[in-house]
Amino acid sequence: MVAIIDYKTGNLDSVCNALKRLGAEFVLTSDRTVIERSDKVLMPGVGEASSAMKALEETGLVPCIMNLKQPVLGICIGMQLMCLSSEEGNTECLGIFRSRVRRLQSSPGEGIKVPHVGWNRVTSLKSPLFKGIPEGTYFYFVHSYAAGICDDTAAATCHGGDFSAALQSGRRFGVQFHPEKSGAAGAKLLKNYLEL
Amino acid sequence: MIAKRIIPCLDVLDGRTVKGVHFVGLSDVGDPVELGLKYAREGADELVYLDISATVEGRSTFTGLVSRIAESIDIPFTVGGGIRSMDDAARLLDSGADKVTVNSAAIADPGLIDRLAAKYGSQFVTVAVDAKRCGGEWMCTVKGGRDLTDRELFAWAREAGERGAGEILFTSMDNDGTRKGYPCDVYARLSGMLSIPVIASGGAGSVRDIADVLTAGRADAALAASIFHYGEITIGELKRELKGMGIEVRIQDDKF
Repeated sequence: MVAIIDYKTGNLDSVCNALKRLGAEFVLTSDRTVIERSDKVLMPGVGEASSAMKALEETGLVPCIMNLKQPVLGICIGMQLMCLSSEEGNTECLGIFRSRVRRLQSSPGEGIKVPHVGWNRVTSLKSPLFKGIPEGTYFYFVHSYAAGICDDTAAATCHGGDFSAALQSGRRFGVQFHPEKSGAAGAKLLKNYLEL
Repeated sequence: MIAKRIIPCLDVLDGRTVKGVHFVGLSDVGDPVELGLKYAREGADELVYLDISATVEGRSTFTGLVSRIAESIDIPFTVGGGIRSMDDAARLLDSGADKVTVNSAAIADPGLIDRLAAKYGSQFVTVAVDAKRCGGEWMCTVKGGRDLTDRELFAWAREAGERGAGEILFTSMDNDGTRKGYPCDVYARLSGMLSIPVIASGGAGSVRDIADVLTAGRADAALAASIFHYGEITIGELKRELKGMGIEVRIQDDKF
């Protein structure tokens, strides 16, 4: 059973729909016991970092999340909240990944637009999440802030400069892109996660 | 490097796709979900569904359709057509749409862009701009190009970006439907001026036209309808040709 942490940040449907398509059993929950007893934990998220962090703290689940032993996967803002901090709203985050989240810089003259929206290649893949996924595979990104490269970087991508497309620290994983919207490649990554 | 996006657009009337109804190999050619799946399998980077229904029933059918699309399709999709208010947008986003596109309503009430961006985030808001050359200027139009407004294209696009639009979808009403290509100089100026992505729409008659707007026109994405619907070229063929011209595009890989 996969527990999807519901911390009221809005649309969690796309992640639920992706798990349905994969035939995975899941529950949308903010119940500590349910989360602790699950096999896998997913932390999606949309919106602005400081309000997302505040919403997560208001659930009282932070100590529970920090102590989970099963695989945890943060997606997009979910991943950013697992970093040290975010420049967006000057947010202190959970500090699971040793990376700081900073705003992407646009450079319209060079075709670098922000938000970074669309399909970009991921490289330097080093995580079981990418098992069977070749270097340079495209995933769908949509974000304006990004986690810098650090020791926990499990995949990189480039938009203006390099940043972490995925992070891993032990059994805690994070992806900046949206596997639930990344077609066959995204489905493969989620399947890899479910099979961990 | 981020890939240039190819985005097919599907017009939906009372829950049914109204173009491209001659496709073979689909069990229900009018079903927007099936057609969207077909495009996604061929390598579409996103989909746009425009509701052209004029009735309350049609609108309500569209909302139901959005839920079905969200369940079935694993690439991002944008919905638009007739979004007048926060409630209209909320209904579609809550049904699973990844983005909404607003056009006339944003011109009538620019604050709508701010409110949508504040509530959902910029990445959920695409502002569509239909403009045409008027004397020496490009002026925005509404109601499918029928009514001219007093908004100048570049100033309005900049304002929309500052108000929180995540992308600009620009259609030249002088080129739309002509199949003679896009006004690349206008796109290049718009794209070079804005920090947010620009999607080109309207006017594509050939692969060359799409290649030109993505290179000389510096557009970040190209949206097209008829060249795909009438089966002149598949999305896979188009992307392979663009790649052959040295344009960065994502080629769909099914080997996972």
